[in-house]
Amino acid sequence: MVINQLPLQILTGLAILAFAFFWQTSLSGITRKIVARYHKRYGPKWYQEFRDIFKLMSKTGVTHGWVYDFGVMMALGGIMATVMFMPLMKFTAFPGFDNFFIYVYLFAVGMLGMAMSAVGSGNPLAGIGVMRALTQMVGYEVPFMIVVLAIINGHGTSSLSQLAAIQQQAGVLSWNLVKMPIGTVAAFICLLGMLGKKPFETFIAPAEIASGPMVEYGGKQLGMLMILHQFSIFIEVSLFMNLFLGGAANPLGFALKYMAVYVLASLISQAMGRFKIDQVIKFFYKIPIALAILQAVMVVYLGWGV
Amino acid sequence: MATADKEKKLKEGWEGISRFFRANSLWMLMYCTGCCAIELPQAMTSRYDMERLGMGPMATPRQADVLLVTGYLSVKTLRRVIYAYEQMSTPKYIVAFGPCTINGGIYHDAATVIKSLDQYLPIDVYIAGCMPKPEAVMNGFQDLIDMIKDKTADGWKRYRDNYDWYKQNQIESLGELRIKDEYHE
Repeated sequence: MVINQLPLQILTGLAILAFAFFWQTSLSGITRKIVARYHKRYGPKWYQEFRDIFKLMSKTGVTHGWVYDFGVMMALGGIMATVMFMPLMKFTAFPGFDNFFIYVYLFAVGMLGMAMSAVGSGNPLAGIGVMRALTQMVGYEVPFMIVVLAIINGHGTSSLSQLAAIQQQAGVLSWNLVKMPIGTVAAFICLLGMLGKKPFETFIAPAEIASGPMVEYGGKQLGMLMILHQFSIFIEVSLFMNLFLGGAANPLGFALKYMAVYVLASLISQAMGRFKIDQVIKFFYKIPIALAILQAVMVVYLGWGV
Repeated sequence: MATADKEKKLKEGWEGISRFFRANSLWMLMYCTGCCAIELPQAMTSRYDMERLGMGPMATPRQADVLLVTGYLSVKTLRRVIYAYEQMSTPKYIVAFGPCTINGGIYHDAATVIKSLDQYLPIDVYIAGCMPKPEAVMNGFQDLIDMIKDKTADGWKRYRDNYDWYKQNQIESLGELRIKDEYHE
């Protein structure tokens, strides 16, 4: 990194941040509309999520101690930093710093901040929610990591933009979706777990533990949490897109791929019930992990799909 | 003087924008111990689709903007409603369903049921009917949205300004306001 390029890089990072917020928040609204049509309803306006966030920011906030306030800031800061490192089409804010493991570690800062803040609110349901969220994380991280390590092993690089560039060499046929379909299925199931979509909605469970970690949030803190939620969806879907769908070379490709992944996940969520937490772990450690190991063996030992 | 004027104008402008967003994003806390609650599923699902007004159910009082009190409240449940209402962050609104919240309705001669809810909590909108049809429910919510837009939904301000009066009424009916905290005792 050359030092006199730093201001420009930070500006690019902020632009990516702004784009991520407006894109994902609009898309969340559009997805709510699509889901509503799926229920034979009319649905809200596409900019409903902006209204919700602004409304929350204009309300009064109650504090439950400094751990609670600091945790929200730490979570939002960690997630925003992760977004700034994300390659977006041809733009990378910090070239050479888009290694896959950077996202894994930076993303954990956000998740831990969230956990700290929720437990700091002192509500037992928040504690249960955080415990479930972290347990679920242990569930989906292992199969997801096995698939991603197989990809890294196969392609010989762990840079996200290079992985995307490798997949863009020969059009659709060089996507990992085509080359490693079994691993893609496993990773997509893990993506559902990351997004907290319905079979794996256990840590939110509004009817059971009153929305889990969010139980004591209101007003401004909940607004920040909503923004954080939009950013984390952006990170998760972008990671999946870059790893399996060949990234995005142009805005149209980006929009189509991103929407396809997110809308599909949301629609699956609408057709599912909710697992209990022990069922989540048992499921992740049976089917996705078996698929992931099968794919890893095919890639690493048999050399298929590289 | 000029700067004070400017500040006032700025604040009013900000309030105007905030009101627009608040009116179109109402999150509900449903205190559904009364029978009028049975009319809410129709209003929420595909027949009347409350979500097109930007409304949605929320899990806890902290997250919610509107408290729906669907029908009668006994002395025991009133205490919980007051607790839930005081946990909500301002601005907050109450929508009361049916005649039970106005004068006790069919429970007008019951010893354990409170008769007039607005003695204890400030009500913004009453919805008539026993039970109100989903059309009436949707109409009530539309009224609430219009009231928020033209600044007349000020129940939370009335509660803040007349807090002593409300508190006195609450204590007269309930004896004490404390709820046993099962988690920390």
